[in-house]
Amino acid sequence: MQAERPVLLRVCGVGRRYAGVTALAGIDADVRGSEVLAIVGENGAGKSTLLKILSGVVQPSEGALLVADAAGALEEVELDGVRGATKAGIALVHQELNLAENLDVAGSIFLGREPSRFGLLDRRRMRDDARKWLARVGLDIDPGTLCGTLPIAQRQLVEIAKALSTESRVLILDEPTSSLTARETERLLAIMDELRRAGVAVVFVSHHLDEVMHIADRVIVLRDGRKTGELARGEYERATIERLMVGRDIARGARREAGSDAAVRLECVGLTTAHRRKAPVSFRVRAGEIVGLAGLVGAGRTEVLEAIAGVTEHGGSVRLDGRKVTGGAPERVRGGIAVVPEDRARHGLFLEDSVATNMSLAWIDRTSRGRLVDRRGESGLVSRMVARMQLRPPQPSRRVQTLSGGNQQKAVIGRWLAVEPAVLLLDEPTRGVDVGARAEIHAEVRRLAEAGSAVLFASSELEEVLLLADRILVMHEGAIAGELAAHEATEVAIMHLATGGAAHAHETGTHA
Amino acid sequence: MKRALGIIGIFLAIVVFSVFFAENFTTGINLMQVTNRTALYAVLALGAALVIVTGGIDLSIGSVVCLAGIMTPWLLIEHEWTPWQVIPTVLALSAFIGLCHGLLITRLRLQPFLVTLCGLLLYRGIARWMTGDQSQGFMGEYGEVRAIALAKFPIPGLEDYRLPATVIPALVLAVVIGLFLSRTVWGRWLLATGRNEAAARYSGVPTAWLVTGAYVACSLLAGFGGMLFIFDIGSAQPSDFGNFYELYAIAAAVLGGCSLRGGEASIVGVLFGVATLRVLQNTITLAGYSSQIEFAVVGGVLLLGVAADELIRRYAASRLERAGAAART
Repeated sequence: MQAERPVLLRVCGVGRRYAGVTALAGIDADVRGSEVLAIVGENGAGKSTLLKILSGVVQPSEGALLVADAAGALEEVELDGVRGATKAGIALVHQELNLAENLDVAGSIFLGREPSRFGLLDRRRMRDDARKWLARVGLDIDPGTLCGTLPIAQRQLVEIAKALSTESRVLILDEPTSSLTARETERLLAIMDELRRAGVAVVFVSHHLDEVMHIADRVIVLRDGRKTGELARGEYERATIERLMVGRDIARGARREAGSDAAVRLECVGLTTAHRRKAPVSFRVRAGEIVGLAGLVGAGRTEVLEAIAGVTEHGGSVRLDGRKVTGGAPERVRGGIAVVPEDRARHGLFLEDSVATNMSLAWIDRTSRGRLVDRRGESGLVSRMVARMQLRPPQPSRRVQTLSGGNQQKAVIGRWLAVEPAVLLLDEPTRGVDVGARAEIHAEVRRLAEAGSAVLFASSELEEVLLLADRILVMHEGAIAGELAAHEATEVAIMHLATGGAAHAHETGTHA
Repeated sequence: MKRALGIIGIFLAIVVFSVFFAENFTTGINLMQVTNRTALYAVLALGAALVIVTGGIDLSIGSVVCLAGIMTPWLLIEHEWTPWQVIPTVLALSAFIGLCHGLLITRLRLQPFLVTLCGLLLYRGIARWMTGDQSQGFMGEYGEVRAIALAKFPIPGLEDYRLPATVIPALVLAVVIGLFLSRTVWGRWLLATGRNEAAARYSGVPTAWLVTGAYVACSLLAGFGGMLFIFDIGSAQPSDFGNFYELYAIAAAVLGGCSLRGGEASIVGVLFGVATLRVLQNTITLAGYSSQIEFAVVGGVLLLGVAADELIRRYAASRLERAGAAART
């Protein structure tokens, strides 16, 4: 079977060093047509570096890349920049979607190589061609639509159409599903399957092992810049991959049922937000309890968290330890509601500042004498938090910008450990975080709960909801469609409620 | 401090140039004048720096200088108030102006550029209308009050250089603001707000009050500076007093390493930024170049300064990125 698939791209002993530090070493791999190749590994394992080398963004400091010519003979190439890679038939779809929001779909697809006639933009041809490529990815939208108005899933497909339109034979996707819902993910996987049938070589990176096991013909596992395994379909199971990724077995947190006699720390009564005036939401979270908000993208999970945090205005009331809270985010946060926002770069971190500055900001006033910063106390507490969160590297002076996604998220969460907040709100607590760091973050959240905080988190990953929550509230179109205890919850049960499946569940939607 | 090294270098280079090429630069009387002017503009630039730290801008500084400066002799001479009434009134009015700016920016969410641009037009217009566009001065009176700015303190060992009194408020303010930014909780909060307002809010920082406070401080310092200016020069025309001062203040702050994106400041840098602009201006006059070219020279130096800063920043960032990528992988 494998012999039939032609090798389109061969990686021979490729490595890359940055300023003397080895990021990647001795990677051998074949990328074959009609095949989906998954690359997995923890954040910092070298996946991004490998993708960058394959797509010509960075040059390998050792080893070589061989690309098949029209006859199928392999020839050594030097990919100088993305243009070089495009010429060699390799296209990369970035993890961060970088479509210009003010361009229309056709304009985005042909950005930088717009068809022209007599020096004028040939709009008609551009649109016709765009329609053709959009059809390839199963997207039925008008090429004149502005990209900014498209939902994320469709933008993703436009990006893929753009990559295909360069006549590429090797399509590289960097975490293509990280911001997609389950249903959108399924669709994307189906499209990847179709591309595979059409002879395209698809290389993708993912943190979701379910997807990987679902679609990949082969899996390459990286750890610390080296290949720790290459498994063909049928040879692997989840535990094998996880062990190769982290070099150890991952412990699953023990699930608990919260005692019903614990004090109610957070209570929302008839909460409505500007977007969701008609669907009041009511629920309670007790001390020591971890409640997960599940639901499809757009179900209103983030809106509920933002309303509680005071980021957006809301109707109804939010009670903290029985007292009604008012005011905006700063007042509420100071009152004991800690927030870990979804978009950590924009709302969570001071990227140019040190880990210490990022971590201490939330409690710097509490450890100060008068209004003067107690520098020794600050650095001592920061060091303890860095150690407790197992930040890597454990340097409080390091700029947050230079940390991996998982470690950045640890810095945001670590900020609240010293405060022991009454309520901890987390929106997508482990988005873009690798398996090892995710387990550590979950463990810390659980410790906070055990110390008496009430934890409420939203996640679009069912796996995470099932893993972390003691109790699950499933949202559908702004309302709570149902509630599941951890022991009775399954992915199927959650999806059933999240897609509006159970009419009878609506009755429990507004209970207090 | 590291951020200030660049501007200290530029300052020293210009001083060396002036010593060799500008006649009379090193005379006591000239150095006294340069020090005095540096101190006066420093008061304004420190205020501008506080606003720039938040990622905002205050274009009304020059007009507040004019309004406060003109009102002082106007109330004293024309309305025969006592200095004890005038000084608190003028300072309170300046602070109130800043409060209005701050509230418009944080509550109504208007852009700082727009709010303070309107202020620039408004306060100068009021100053001109109030005084009938007539020059205002102390008519040789109130010498003891004007001594706040005019007094000169002899320095042992130096014969023809005496320290201008304006240096005292400028240095005190610089030290207070410097310590405020580096050592106090509010200072930390203010810097964090400038870096990433949303993240600061999510961390429980009362960003709206801090930003408002920065505008209050800026206008208050502009009003205080305006008073010192008028004490120093004795009389002024409402139509041109304080013209362009906001731009000098902003230019000095930026030269001194305050990023207009917010979140970065160096008080030492701001002081050297002011000094650099003052020495430049002085040298242009002394070296016999027509004073009309002053703006062009200042503009050129500012452009060179910020371009060099950006290049250094980029170099540092690319090194950082390489180190970061290595750390990640």
